[in-house]
Amino acid sequence: MAKKAKEVLLDPLLNTNPIAVQVLGVCSALAVTSKLETAIVMSIALTVVVALSNFSISLIRDRIPSSIRIIVQLTIIASLVIITDQVLKAFVYDVAAQMSVYVGLIITNCIVMGRAEAYAMQNEPWPSFIDGVGNGLGYSLILISVGFVRELFGAGKVLGITVMPLVTDGGWYTPNGLMVLAPAAFFLIAVAIWIMRTINPTLVEEK
Amino acid sequence: MEHYLSLLTKSVFIENMALAYFLGMCSFLAVSQKVKTSAGLGLAVVFVLAVTCPLNSAIYHGLLKEDSYFLNGVDLSFLNFLTFIGTIAAVVQIVEMTLEKHAPGLYAALGVFLPLIAVNCAILGASLFMVDRDYHVVDSAVFGFGSGVGFALAIIALAAIREKMHYSDVPAGLRGLGITFIVTGLMAIGFMMFGGISL
Repeated sequence: MAKKAKEVLLDPLLNTNPIAVQVLGVCSALAVTSKLETAIVMSIALTVVVALSNFSISLIRDRIPSSIRIIVQLTIIASLVIITDQVLKAFVYDVAAQMSVYVGLIITNCIVMGRAEAYAMQNEPWPSFIDGVGNGLGYSLILISVGFVRELFGAGKVLGITVMPLVTDGGWYTPNGLMVLAPAAFFLIAVAIWIMRTINPTLVEEK
Repeated sequence: MEHYLSLLTKSVFIENMALAYFLGMCSFLAVSQKVKTSAGLGLAVVFVLAVTCPLNSAIYHGLLKEDSYFLNGVDLSFLNFLTFIGTIAAVVQIVEMTLEKHAPGLYAALGVFLPLIAVNCAILGASLFMVDRDYHVVDSAVFGFGSGVGFALAIIALAAIREKMHYSDVPAGLRGLGITFIVTGLMAIGFMMFGGISL
């Protein structure tokens, strides 16, 4: 193992964060973050899928002919996503209904394909699994922070519990309407990228 | 006729794939450096969406859904994801081979982008929306084409803005990716203007 398990697990949180640094899997990050609850469910679903797909692809990596590897990877990922979707529909139906097509879109989430291609095809199953968990956590970090800010300032709530009572309910907080709208997600991710690059200036792009 | 026209307008502007549903964001952000390349990607997306969406719709209505045309009474809709992604991958492969043989000029223009498209979320997303909203085959052909045009429009517009942005002085931490997110956000606000129009 070239890198220690701890590095493999923790690197994707900040240094190689899938969303902010590698620009992978942005679609779902934007769409499911208007509430914290959906963001959390999505994060768990994605982490499970990345970890398991990395593990299974790594197990059979020596037997996949390189000319058809994409379709093999897609089949494995799609099967895992079908299982995840069925589980979500069975246990948290309301949240699954809100996430509509975005659960299915985990299949084409670039993080899953990207990690399969870049890591699982060259490494042993166990490190690949850890790498999957790490990248899932890196994704979750951004998703949950964006979801938290959007729900808090957009509706004055966290996980559906009122933190800042709204003016309409006799409280003092006037909700920021922009936060629940789509563009807010773009701005917040831009801010997240900005913060990460200020902490770690080696990530700043060349002019 | 009116129904299809309004569906087309809706899928191009109001329900824009990239700016209202954030689908295909990865390639949207990565390939929008230059107008020329993004036009190539946009064209490829229009092409593949217009083919895969009605095809997946035909498969869904013919075989997969519960009261389907050929397999009445068997609910195979849990196979949606696997079937759709398989169809998309196959169509992309066939389109690539056909273009290479019969239209080398177009193939050279689209070449690099075609394989990428198999994993573009906009393509799969359109097929899943088609199921969600119960479009039949002709509806989904119009919807697929419209969504593709909307995506192409958005990515070309973003590329044009990014080309101009070379001359601006962006704070170090925001350079590149960060400012692109902000620009896309502003574009999304612009596209929300269409939101109030009901067709």
